Amino acid sequence: MERIRSPRELEEIRQEILRGRDPDKPCITICSGTGCHAYGCERVTEAFRAELKKQGLEKRIDLRTTGCHGFCERGPVVLINPQKIFYQRVTPEDTAEIISETLLKKNVIERLLYIHPGTGERIVREDDVPFYKGQMRIIFGNNGKIDPRKIEDYIAIGGYSALSKVLTELSPEEIIDTIKRSGLRGRGGGGFPAGVKWESCRNAPGGKHYVICNADEGDPGAYMDRSLLEGNPHSVLEGMMIGAYAIGSDEGYIYVRHEYPLAVRNVGVAIDQVRECGLLGEDILGTGFNFDIKVNRGGGAFVCGESTALMASLEGQAGEPRAKHIHTVESGLWDKPTNLNNVETWANVPLIINKGVEWYTGIGTETSKGTKIFSLVGRVNNTGLVEVPMGMTLREIVYDIGGGVPGDGKLKAVQTGGPSGGCIPESLMDIPVDFDRLTEVGSMMGSGGMIVMDDTTCMVDIARYFLNFLKDESCGKCTTCRDGTRRMYEIVDAISQGEGREGDIELLEELSWVVAEASLCALGQTAPNPVMSTIRYFRDEYEAHIKDKRCPARVCKALITYVIDEEKCTACGRCKKVCPVEAISGEKKVPHRIDPEKCIRCGACITECKFDALEVV
Amino acid sequence: MKQQAIDQILGKYDYEHSSIIGMLQDLQEKENYLPEKDLEYISERLSMPLTRIYRIATFYNAFSLAPRGRYLINVCLGTACHVRGAARVLDKLKMDLGIDVGEMTRDRLFSLETVNCLGSCALGPIVVVGGEYHGQMTPARVASAIKKYRKKRSRKRDGKD
Amino acid sequence: MITFTIDGYEVEGEEGQNVLEIALDKGFDIPHLCYHEALEPYGACRLCLVEVTRGNRTRLTTSCNYPVLEGISVQTSTEKVIRARRMVIELLLARCPDVPVVKDLAREYSVGRPRFKLDNDDCILCGLCERVCREVVGADAISFLGRGTDRKVGPPLEINPKACIACGACIYVCPTDCIKLEETEEERTIVRWGRTLPMKRCTVCGRSFAPWFQLEYFRTIAEGIPRDFWDKCPDCR
Repeated sequence: MERIRSPRELEEIRQEILRGRDPDKPCITICSGTGCHAYGCERVTEAFRAELKKQGLEKRIDLRTTGCHGFCERGPVVLINPQKIFYQRVTPEDTAEIISETLLKKNVIERLLYIHPGTGERIVREDDVPFYKGQMRIIFGNNGKIDPRKIEDYIAIGGYSALSKVLTELSPEEIIDTIKRSGLRGRGGGGFPAGVKWESCRNAPGGKHYVICNADEGDPGAYMDRSLLEGNPHSVLEGMMIGAYAIGSDEGYIYVRHEYPLAVRNVGVAIDQVRECGLLGEDILGTGFNFDIKVNRGGGAFVCGESTALMASLEGQAGEPRAKHIHTVESGLWDKPTNLNNVETWANVPLIINKGVEWYTGIGTETSKGTKIFSLVGRVNNTGLVEVPMGMTLREIVYDIGGGVPGDGKLKAVQTGGPSGGCIPESLMDIPVDFDRLTEVGSMMGSGGMIVMDDTTCMVDIARYFLNFLKDESCGKCTTCRDGTRRMYEIVDAISQGEGREGDIELLEELSWVVAEASLCALGQTAPNPVMSTIRYFRDEYEAHIKDKRCPARVCKALITYVIDEEKCTACGRCKKVCPVEAISGEKKVPHRIDPEKCIRCGACITECKFDALEVV
Repeated sequence: MKQQAIDQILGKYDYEHSSIIGMLQDLQEKENYLPEKDLEYISERLSMPLTRIYRIATFYNAFSLAPRGRYLINVCLGTACHVRGAARVLDKLKMDLGIDVGEMTRDRLFSLETVNCLGSCALGPIVVVGGEYHGQMTPARVASAIKKYRKKRSRKRDGKD
Repeated sequence: MITFTIDGYEVEGEEGQNVLEIALDKGFDIPHLCYHEALEPYGACRLCLVEVTRGNRTRLTTSCNYPVLEGISVQTSTEKVIRARRMVIELLLARCPDVPVVKDLAREYSVGRPRFKLDNDDCILCGLCERVCREVVGADAISFLGRGTDRKVGPPLEINPKACIACGACIYVCPTDCIKLEETEEERTIVRWGRTLPMKRCTVCGRSFAPWFQLEYFRTIAEGIPRDFWDKCPDCR
């Protein structure tokens, strides 16, 4: 694309792009986020392309690969526009039929439609699918409309108009005031008011100012930022540009986790395109504003999601946090004033500028404005990324949008906030989801990971899981975090092995207090949250493990036994074949038996048995 | 790696010390690990103390100082995969391959590593082998999955692929 | 001059100084293991915790890297501080049950047998050795390796640091005395790092007095000193 020299030229280009597009032209939109890649969406795309070519339809029907649409459970997802017909679990073999039936003859293919679990009804339009119906996809919804590698698509939906407006109509102070009044709070976990942060940074002396986008997204189970960066990188770039202008920065960094190659690639392509047309670089849109962005990859360290550790990493050092009595907005990267915000926070900025404060503050609760994107995963039917207004209840998210717990499982808890957060029990499912309410009940919003747990989840095992994670991810600098999380892990691990003792819970509570109070950074300071929240709401499970040496959820290996129900066993021998330690014995026609001494509780037999004859006691 | 090739990597980052992590990632992408000789060369070329390079190479999980197998097996241990039984899949892999996490099989075919969330939670438990995603993995399916790669390797050896 | 209080007493400090150094100078007994006046403060051991009130906020923080600020009020032995300190000592004692300086602290703060599984480590990961090597000596031969539970201090590849000049500065600053030196007429070994260097004999008296490699190092960095200065032992210079 040619260099865009002024806001007016940008508008002209936008109009030109729109004129060249027919909104009623049929378009096959294929979700190509990492999740759908894992499902093989590339082959589906290739199949469509080949078929379109074969039938000579390339000019009549558009093909667009986009970022994640959110309904990861049903991938590969294909949307037929303009009718927004929603097809799920599409295979390369379906593509020819989709073209001939749906695109040419306007017929819907029933078997590819979503079936409503309650009514059995087949749903045609994306907006009517319950998963999407309950959401408010003001940010994430754009993923489905654009090819992230085509800047024209982003411009066509209004992209960079917020930047234009800001550079021509608003002063930096006015921009900051707008963000402050919008109530935008950091979406990375801290929930700090973004406008206030921008203001402190702008006012900090030091000449050079930096802006950073934190795309380290280390919470296991959370992948919202990745999907935003993959699917709509321009929205993040535009947010950063506006922020940089407001703060007085000319240099920005996007720090992307090492494990996100597609996000790195797509944001790199976006930056190349933006540089090419002059929206990054010198004299942007002819307004004299200079700004450029570099992308840095992380090296595989959860602690680098912490802002001072991230900055150390950008400086080419090990990701060790430092004390924060000197704030990073005053002295951050290279000891200069630095403003760091999360991916989703930046993506909210152009929206606020375009739609205005009044519109934005109309969404959400008193203290938490706007929407939040969550990754709804775990023991839930509709796994995927959901965007909801702040204030929606957990129950609505898990049931109305998530479709509830699979099979005959019973909802037990929802974990939010990743390793820094806590478990919220079923009894509190009606709390509205916002920053303060979640903190009140002992968890936190975090980056947006929402793990659903049912009665097959052992809460002691969950605490153990998080402590195991934290002790390995700790940078190891301070005694309390390094040794404290390890010792907490040892105690909870012993409990899960049936070696817990009276007084363990009290010791955990004491350790938690010190680790939270005396650790250097937020990793250590929040490390006790998973264990403390599970003790708070599921103390009975801990006590069962400690006193009765029993795991009520039947997860902790040392406390369970696998048994074959003789009445159900048909002696088919499949379990015997897959048992890696030859613990199953039995002749033909004789119900098989597991030797409890040999059994390692790997679960292979359970998944193999077609007669439901394996029991866990 | 040839010194010339290393110089190219360093040059890509303008020999900037602060880009050392990116440089090491590029090196590892080509060599599959970080060879001692190459790190010594980088230390010399950049005038950066070797201690700093090893500090970084040992701090970040992405780096391996030991050679890794032909196929890198990455088991996702994210929370969503965990509640779907990822730990059991890992145990089965350890057993079938005869190695622990961070180790390589004797025939140098497989290296076993874990990762804390690949962001494909809908397909959990996930195991990635040589870049290929295997979703909804169960302990029972591990053996056949591995066999597939052994076969692939012997086909390549026999010139069939 | 910056005026503030420690345990109610008014004290003064200069910009750039930290609370711990002023406190120690005035005789306040704040325990510390990873702090050394000649080195950059690090804040790793967490023993020097104090409660600092600034404005209307009070927080528990390490005093070694907290800057002296006008009007702050520092408390060195509140209940919170003591409680935290005792647990830190307990954690260190569980890691290093046989290290004298840790045992002394345990005795002083009435910390009994740790309630955790005992390790048998001799290093508290204070980092003083790597800091003195980098900041004062300039050899930069050892550093922290790994992270979390695997964190340790050592040379790259964990043996024989090629940059080490066997000066012994790390031994001098180590609070747990876990770095040992062995020396004969022929060679000097820093045992912990696996570094052995041949010794140089004095050109005058013939006694061996320092490793060759170390003298070469000083020779190259010390300007304006005649070359043969380094060929003689300190007694014969």
